Amino acid sequence: MAIVYQRSKGLTEIEQHFCPGCTHGVIHKLVAEVLEELDIIGSTVGVASVGCSAFAYNYFSCDMQQAAHGRAPAVATGIKRVHPDLAVFTYQGDGDLAAIGTAEIVHAAMRGEKITAIFVNNAIYGMTGGQMAPTTLLGQKATTAPQGRNKEQHGSPIRMAEMLATLDGCAYSERVMVTDPASIARAKRAIKKAFTLQLAGAGFTMVELLSTCPTNWGLSPIEAVGWLKENLVPYYPLGVYADRSEQKEEATR
Amino acid sequence: MAKELWKGNEAVAEAAIRAGCRYFFGYPITPQNEIPEYFSRHMPEHGGVFLQAESEVAAINMTYGAAGSGARVMTSSSSPGISLKQEGISYIAGAELPVVIVNMMRGGPGLGSIAPGQADYFQATRGGGNGDYRTVTLAPATIQEMTDLTQEAFDIADLYRIPVLILADGMIGQMMEAVEWKKPRARKLPAKDWATDGTKGKREHNIVNSLFIDPKDCSAHNIRLQQKHDKITQNEIRYEEYLTDDAEVLFVAYGTTARICQSAALKLREAGVKAGVFRPISLWPYPEKELYACANRGSVKTVVCAEMSMGQMIDDVKIALNGTKPIRFFGTGGGTFPTPAELMNVARAALEEV
Repeated sequence: MAIVYQRSKGLTEIEQHFCPGCTHGVIHKLVAEVLEELDIIGSTVGVASVGCSAFAYNYFSCDMQQAAHGRAPAVATGIKRVHPDLAVFTYQGDGDLAAIGTAEIVHAAMRGEKITAIFVNNAIYGMTGGQMAPTTLLGQKATTAPQGRNKEQHGSPIRMAEMLATLDGCAYSERVMVTDPASIARAKRAIKKAFTLQLAGAGFTMVELLSTCPTNWGLSPIEAVGWLKENLVPYYPLGVYADRSEQKEEATR
Repeated sequence: MAKELWKGNEAVAEAAIRAGCRYFFGYPITPQNEIPEYFSRHMPEHGGVFLQAESEVAAINMTYGAAGSGARVMTSSSSPGISLKQEGISYIAGAELPVVIVNMMRGGPGLGSIAPGQADYFQATRGGGNGDYRTVTLAPATIQEMTDLTQEAFDIADLYRIPVLILADGMIGQMMEAVEWKKPRARKLPAKDWATDGTKGKREHNIVNSLFIDPKDCSAHNIRLQQKHDKITQNEIRYEEYLTDDAEVLFVAYGTTARICQSAALKLREAGVKAGVFRPISLWPYPEKELYACANRGSVKTVVCAEMSMGQMIDDVKIALNGTKPIRFFGTGGGTFPTPAELMNVARAALEEV
């Protein structure tokens, strides 16, 4: 019988710790499949961050480093500068990338650092138990915003894909979601494009993935998918915000 | 080889390049700016990388990534900037990465002053970051010694997979002295088969990591780190004795202060007072037994600990001497120096008391 589907070689056999209905597992799978399809598992270094993404170093079968909270883009910079021939990616959540690590991600993008940031935005702190994230929506409840996020007190949520796209060094920035087969296929194309542009030397690339957190949203997995589409997507519109695919040619001119 | 005149900050950078360091990540701060400036000019000549980071926090984490990928790598800063690097240093120690860090100390706390200081002793030797870890701390007193110790720092870092701190001050960084470039003694260093340089499909993936979520694993990790620290304490103690054979009053001081103590000891001897200097070079591991032996050899009646701080290394002097000798402290703070005359007065007063 022909094998039509199997676990990607980009993943280890280790059982993942994610909660039921969480889409981190899907995103891991997509990154792993892209590494396998581009045949770069053996020439890639990934950087795990702090949060639900912390154990990514156990799950990807390429070489991995674990970074301090928010510092993954700096760690990735160190790796890439030593090994410009390797593919380097970070795997970061919204607290890591959009709160404590904003300086590192902005400056990695500004430098056009040839890395790919996989940015998982689920609008909440997952690992620590549901605290407010910089991406938590106005009115959305969190353990540190029990009445819901309030614009007067906390400001409005941050849109990273758009923000980083303003920087010349950002060769690619796209926001996708992973809620159904069509959106998952779209997300995989975005991740593949980001890695391909990185390998071509175009500059910094990021894919922001809207992700579910049923546990901390207090919803069932199916409800969480619906909530994501009804609430996250209107505030965080899907689409390509930067595509400077031609940047490599310009730089050499 | 002929002697050349070198500024301290530039000499330590050149020494790093000569030691095979090809990656430097830093952020400007006075009084160490000539270090990143020197690397920015000369790293490209050697095919290396100089990168000015957006912060000290980013610089130390770039250093982490580069070291984890198998590179010889350095970062440098001065006191407030070193504070910002402490998180990264803790992770480097936890992940057991070989990194060399230079601290050209200035006055503190906070922004303090930009003049030379020695008030980061606690931070350097006790670990300014979280967790049970140690940083090998080497404290040169001359620019020559700093260049010699730089090669050693990289070798110690590689041999034990541990962060090594070169702890100097703004005086050593800013002044110029004669330097003779010596051929370093070669150490046999282990292969970096743990580094993340791509599996190439030929081995299991390498993981650079300081997270051990199971307390049993984390405990075993800590015990292993402690065994490494014990080995370093056995093998890497450095110190110098100056006129100690018949000394009745013994100065204990490191770095710039030790040089001023040497001047004071010479002048005291001209005036008929037998003075000597014990100078720890490795501040961690501290030459505890060696200081005890020196002070208890027979002639020493009293000990004077001098620092450009309000009293930090004195804790280690007290631990080493364990009540066997009276100890007097003399310190200056915030970027000021003790003068030989002041130190002579303290030594005389200490002798009168015994």
